[in-house]
Amino acid sequence: MDILSLFIIVPIATILALVFSKGLKQSRIVSMVGSIVQLGMAINLIFAYFKERAVNSDIMVFTKDLVWFKDFNIHYNIGVDGISVALLLLTSIVVLAGVFISWKMNDLPKEFFVSLIVLSIGVYGFFISLDLFTMFVFFEIAVIPMYLLIGIWGTGPKEHSAMKLTLMLMGASAILLVAILGIYFNSDADGGALTFNILEIAKVNIPIEAQKLFFPLAFIGFAVIGALFPFHTWSPDGHASAPTAVSMLHAGVLMKLGGYGVFRVAMYLLPEGALHWSWFFIILAAIGVIYGAFSAIKQTDLKYINAYSSVSHLGLVLFALLMLNKTAWNGAILQSLSHGFMTALFFALIGMIYGRTHTRDVTKLGGLLKVIPFISTIYVIAGLASLGLPGFSGFVAEMNIFVGAFEHDNMFYRIATIVSVSAIVVTAVYILRVVGLMLMGPVKNEAFLTLEKVTWYEKTGILLLLIPIVGMGVAPLWLSDMILESLEPFIQGML
Amino acid sequence: MNLDSFLLMRHELLLLAIILLLIVAEIFIPPNKKQSIVHLAIFLFGVHTLIGFLPVDENNLFGGMFRTNGLIHFFKNVLNVGVLILLLQSADWLQEKIVGQNKGTEFFILLFSSLLGMYFMISSGDFLMFYLGLELSTLPVAALAAYETVNRKSSEAGIKLILSSALASGVSLFGISMLYATSGSIYFADIIQLVSATNLTSLGAILFFTGLAFKISLVPFHFWTADVYEGAPISIASYLSVISKGAAVFILMILLFTVLKPLMQVWENMIYVIAIATMFIGNLFALRQQNMKRFLAFSSIAQAGFILLGLIVGTQLGTATIVYFVLIYVFSNLAAFGVVQAISLQTGKEDINDYEGLYRTNPNLSLVMMLALFSLAGIPPVAGFFGKFFLFTAAASEGYYFLVFLAVVNVTISLYYYLLVVRAMFLRKSENPIPFFRSKVYMRLGLLITVIGILVLGIYSPLYDYIYELSGIFN
Repeated sequence: MDILSLFIIVPIATILALVFSKGLKQSRIVSMVGSIVQLGMAINLIFAYFKERAVNSDIMVFTKDLVWFKDFNIHYNIGVDGISVALLLLTSIVVLAGVFISWKMNDLPKEFFVSLIVLSIGVYGFFISLDLFTMFVFFEIAVIPMYLLIGIWGTGPKEHSAMKLTLMLMGASAILLVAILGIYFNSDADGGALTFNILEIAKVNIPIEAQKLFFPLAFIGFAVIGALFPFHTWSPDGHASAPTAVSMLHAGVLMKLGGYGVFRVAMYLLPEGALHWSWFFIILAAIGVIYGAFSAIKQTDLKYINAYSSVSHLGLVLFALLMLNKTAWNGAILQSLSHGFMTALFFALIGMIYGRTHTRDVTKLGGLLKVIPFISTIYVIAGLASLGLPGFSGFVAEMNIFVGAFEHDNMFYRIATIVSVSAIVVTAVYILRVVGLMLMGPVKNEAFLTLEKVTWYEKTGILLLLIPIVGMGVAPLWLSDMILESLEPFIQGML
Repeated sequence: MNLDSFLLMRHELLLLAIILLLIVAEIFIPPNKKQSIVHLAIFLFGVHTLIGFLPVDENNLFGGMFRTNGLIHFFKNVLNVGVLILLLQSADWLQEKIVGQNKGTEFFILLFSSLLGMYFMISSGDFLMFYLGLELSTLPVAALAAYETVNRKSSEAGIKLILSSALASGVSLFGISMLYATSGSIYFADIIQLVSATNLTSLGAILFFTGLAFKISLVPFHFWTADVYEGAPISIASYLSVISKGAAVFILMILLFTVLKPLMQVWENMIYVIAIATMFIGNLFALRQQNMKRFLAFSSIAQAGFILLGLIVGTQLGTATIVYFVLIYVFSNLAAFGVVQAISLQTGKEDINDYEGLYRTNPNLSLVMMLALFSLAGIPPVAGFFGKFFLFTAAASEGYYFLVFLAVVNVTISLYYYLLVVRAMFLRKSENPIPFFRSKVYMRLGLLITVIGILVLGIYSPLYDYIYELSGIFN
């Protein structure tokens, strides 16, 4: 069995084991073991990747190509480069942390873990796919379990949020389908056979008219899940209603599919279309960055704050991708990773606070630093990482994005960049405001004085997420080198 | 006639033998043992289905009136499997409700006669055989729709079906007569040579199309669908929506792609408009349905709209994707109807609201239903996704991107109402949910086969390759 297919097979095996397990205790042990194996494989993959990269200079390594539907030239074609390796690691960490955070999932535990792992299969499959069809299949597999996860185990207006989220994301993927068909039927423009293979299509000069037509469809299809303004509205509602682990997985991992897909499919395969349309989407992305940040200021629900903050941060990813240069792209990937860990950590902490105080309203909370110091301290750290303090992952990412964006000497790009940079200030405002209201000051509610201490599984979940945040901030170079190296062929393809 | 030509008609002759056997059995089985007729019929049909899979030659009979080839043979097998599943799913209903009224045998005889009509219809090599098949397949179903005579809605369904189908086949016959008038022949092989795009042939083609559009329940010939499905026994609603529709789609496809190919300019535009109308009307009406049978009726109208996306292209790819889609649709829709049938038989409940909290009491039934709905909605990795994706690919291959775009908009709309049922079963909690029950073994077997089909048919790619290969015959 090859090293990448295992990323699909191990979760499937986990699901089979879950089907035969009974009750919460067995389900969570099975899921934990499955996720730990998965994490082990992801770490192993990083080392294997470096070893392989030293001797192999292909765009993708560990490739495997099996014919699936031969009449359509659909293949089960997988492979990774530095970018997908990093995102696989992110996924496996967040999934494992999510399992720990859901340690006390009492209602239908088996079904919960099965849905969670189905979702992770979709994500893993998406990141390793080199075939548009397979990629699309995994994309939808990743989205649909969200409906059940939010609808069954969520809180608040969960049915509404689940439906809205599912319809918007599936609607986007339906638009994406048109774009994929458009790309497919233009993949013989240079006289070759029709193909879904991404690497093959990238070599083809798709007619400019087709690129201009299908780029917006492909871009929007992916960017909706990356919370592109004005298609972000599913995200705050969805996050607010979702159970903790699902918010983590969703904001931490699922929303990264958007940026990755935009990069790997829309831009790589339709470069002329990207050049033609980038101005338009840059405006939307910049609005998203600013709008998300300002919305976060006005919110009082912790999850809404974080959800809007995600809209802002992921807007930055799309913004950077649209800048079409190496530094900005590097920043975009780093931002994806950094935001993945950070926001998963935030949602985990919010879940813990909510589980103890039964409120997420910042105006009703106060002085938590005195009663639950561990959680509160980590919250401060995560907040500082989120506003881009040097030494944490966010700084490295945002630095790259803005330096890259400013490399354009065009006035339009510069203005857009300056506008987006200002969001950082706003970020500082809402993060510090929450820290001030919620953690500092006197304890507002007597009941808070007797809050439960942090348990071992919560600590494990938190540490799993915190280590990479600090790690990326302190030693970003190996990661950044790995990504830059993988960006090289894409840059050449684009320009 | 020699032995070889008998073998070509193996499906028809075997089914005829079964019908006759059942009549004999009806005479000889004593009244207190009438239950066994159900076992007998299912057993015989099961054997018939298995024998159907043996390979068959490709040839014409009766001077070209009857023809068979790989694809037609394959499609008859699809119909067989569908009917077998349907029999398994309705066995309990028959034993509990129908055999007691002493009309169990007639049910099978009527159903099999209708199926026999479909065999002849899809094997037809001229319009006479086609028309005979069409009538033979429709009339018994009308009797079956009115089978629960105590139920007034059932009688209403029967009379609605017979009146509207009589009108539709009359119009169709009128169209055929025009084609005959211009070409001077009723044989498909001759008409292909002789027909050309004149006003009269175009009108003939359109009128002819109407008759089949009625059977497939395309907009604007869909008005009977919801009422008939609601009133008819569930097995018959399921038969109408799966088997009858599948056979009609198949023969329509063959005729459009071969006989009426010279008129492609005419029917291409017509189908373009009808596809859009059917998808939108089917989907939008399904949004507000409360009764599961009406709900599935509108959903099946919408599915027919998707099928037209493959029909419009008129190529080998179109043929293959349509056959593949119908095959998957048979399994998905039968699974959904099977669950509705199981619940209705146990509790008499048929509304979506009644399904609230079903997962917590009957997890297996809910999971089957969810898989079926996901397959109908086209969500991977279940089979429906592949069927739909390939249909859309077929349409895009001829540049119908805008039509594909409208279709994906409709997929999203349809997802909403399919999720409403999932919501009722999984998300909602009910004060008084449907209590836990175990279905009998036939029903469970029937559902199991559909689930295996839904899970395997899409991922197992050699099946599509096989269909694609067979589809070359008509192009």
